[in-house]
Amino acid sequence: MEQPNSNKKIILGHGSGGKLSAELIESLFLPAFRNEFLSPLGDQAVVNINGIRIAFTTDSYVVNPIFFPGGSIGDVAVNGTVNDLAVGGARPLYISAGLILEEGMPVDELERIVSDMKRACEYAGVQLVTGDTKVVEKGKGDKIFINTSGIGVVDADVDISPQRVRPGDKIIVNGPIGEHGIAIMSIREGLEFETEIQSDTAPLNHLVRDMLNVSKNIRWMRDPTRGGLSSSCNELAKSAQKGIILHESMIPVPEAVKAACEILGLDPLYVANEGKLLAVVPAEETDAILEAMHKNPQGKDARIIGEVVDDHHGFVLLKTTIGGSRVVDMLAGEQLPRIC
Amino acid sequence: MKYIDEYRDADLIKKQAEKIRSITTKKWAIMEVCGGQTHTIVKTGIDQLLPEQITLIHGPGCPVCVTPLEMIDKALEIASRPDVIFTSFGDMLRVPGSHKNLFSVKADGGNIRIVYSPLDAVKLAQKNPDKKVVFFAVGFETTAPANAMAVWQAKQLGLNNFSMLVSHVLVPPAMEAVLDSPFNSVQGFIAAGHVCAVMGYEEYEPMAQKYKVPMVVTGFEPLDLLQGIYMLIKQLEEGRYEIENQYSRAVTREGNIPARETINKVFEIGDRSWRGIGVIPKSGYRLKDEFAAHDAEIVFSEISDIQSKESEICISGLVLQGVKKPHECAAFGKECTPMTPLGATMVSSEGACAAYYNYGRYRQGTL
Repeated sequence: MEQPNSNKKIILGHGSGGKLSAELIESLFLPAFRNEFLSPLGDQAVVNINGIRIAFTTDSYVVNPIFFPGGSIGDVAVNGTVNDLAVGGARPLYISAGLILEEGMPVDELERIVSDMKRACEYAGVQLVTGDTKVVEKGKGDKIFINTSGIGVVDADVDISPQRVRPGDKIIVNGPIGEHGIAIMSIREGLEFETEIQSDTAPLNHLVRDMLNVSKNIRWMRDPTRGGLSSSCNELAKSAQKGIILHESMIPVPEAVKAACEILGLDPLYVANEGKLLAVVPAEETDAILEAMHKNPQGKDARIIGEVVDDHHGFVLLKTTIGGSRVVDMLAGEQLPRIC
Repeated sequence: MKYIDEYRDADLIKKQAEKIRSITTKKWAIMEVCGGQTHTIVKTGIDQLLPEQITLIHGPGCPVCVTPLEMIDKALEIASRPDVIFTSFGDMLRVPGSHKNLFSVKADGGNIRIVYSPLDAVKLAQKNPDKKVVFFAVGFETTAPANAMAVWQAKQLGLNNFSMLVSHVLVPPAMEAVLDSPFNSVQGFIAAGHVCAVMGYEEYEPMAQKYKVPMVVTGFEPLDLLQGIYMLIKQLEEGRYEIENQYSRAVTREGNIPARETINKVFEIGDRSWRGIGVIPKSGYRLKDEFAAHDAEIVFSEISDIQSKESEICISGLVLQGVKKPHECAAFGKECTPMTPLGATMVSSEGACAAYYNYGRYRQGTL
């Protein structure tokens, strides 16, 4: 039988951050552009310019709808890029914004988005220093798409890398998971449901600064956006070539997220976040790092959810609440279309 | 979360597993009929808590998986038409047809929408009078009442642009097909709780007597399943073959009478082809003649010529009958993965192959 060949045309799953996205990167982008900075496939590249380590990242935002409980496409466009820099251990400094607007978009909606971007920049402490605007014909876009790029400085004594991850290290998350994805789902056409859940969109750079102030030995960090906690943990397991164990009973999932996932048949481990970070830290420094995180509003609910082991390299194992275990794999295709 | 957490309580679950161990003296092979139950079992690791003597066989109760290839090809043909808005539950979109799937039809410009209720498809038909709106009605008795209601409403509203591609199947004939199979090793059934919530369990009583197999109507949470397994093993150990109801918070003997009446108004029982199994007599629903104007197979009569041939290496038929475990297939995890499924059991979130793959059970042996 001929296979339904998803490779011949781009389908939505290629943008889901899961296996199809990885396939596109491995088969097309890496062969074309392979270099020492791109190849680690981090959320940011760290380049050395005249002895200063600069972190550089870019991301495009196509979230639909553009306004949602807890924020807008403007908030995530700034926070997402700030966070991609922050989890590389960088201090985010400057960002760019490219706006692609669809003919017919109400100007007052654009004003709201710009105002959200301004506030997000101020809160994160970054400056928007360059930008571009294009307008496409009606029907050729979806109101607004935003691309942001950002740069930041990585201090000399900071070294965030999967190669530093060791068996026995602890895995920390800074708070409850799944809020952004469920907030978006709750107002999507055809699916509206009542929930008090708001998107968790927030900049993480201040939290990362507080963490780095108490420990220079933070091994690895990632913000689990598209594809959720499971995708980030799988990337960790594969890039560090270690085994990851997560404890279901320790992973914080808000009641309302659980309820929505039960109804929609989703797994919270795969639902998107926009203000969460995962960190791998040495066991002996875990208490100090958690204490520092708890003093920051973005880290007040931080907790250990698992550990790194010298076993089942490249795989993530979940110990279930009832005493069983299962492998947590990457998502094959789409769980939630166009979440961020 | 209330009504959920109680059924996932680790201490209660361990105690229930211990109770099962204490009464099990012989080897038993039991089948959980419903794919939702298979998923709970593999996702939470319930099978890892059971004594070695108990073998769980995963049943045919995944509606997406048993939808015949021919029906998928018909759906793809209808969905490709420019005058159609094709609506479906999300699960069906990645199910492979002979040459493509609904996702690839969508990428080619097909107007395909995921809906969460067939009534949303009726609303779409109201909003888009210039389009033909088709709903892909796949499912067991569980989804039949809502699908029946959608057709009923469309008829009342005079919505001539709404039709349904019906591939509805029934659980009891599939259970009989399992029991009649020369390969059968199933000694007792964990019956499908949500199907029984609609239909009740009266219709299972003659089957239990005829085949001398015990059945326990069971829910979907870990504690439900362990309690259901306990009740079933107890019957087997005591040599009884009765229908018992573990899922009494949702199921009564007579079922949901208004829902059954709605089904009977719109549907009648007919023969159905099951993917990987073949035609099972009187094993599904079709629309009654008075609803022919809403029957997509009649509205789009040109699709009746479509004939399809199943993959030769896919053993989903044997998996669905519980004869083979997913990882016993040579293609499992190699040619066949959720990204490149050869059979529907690898696609649906309720399919046994997808459960084994997604929860990495096949890998755990090597971990």
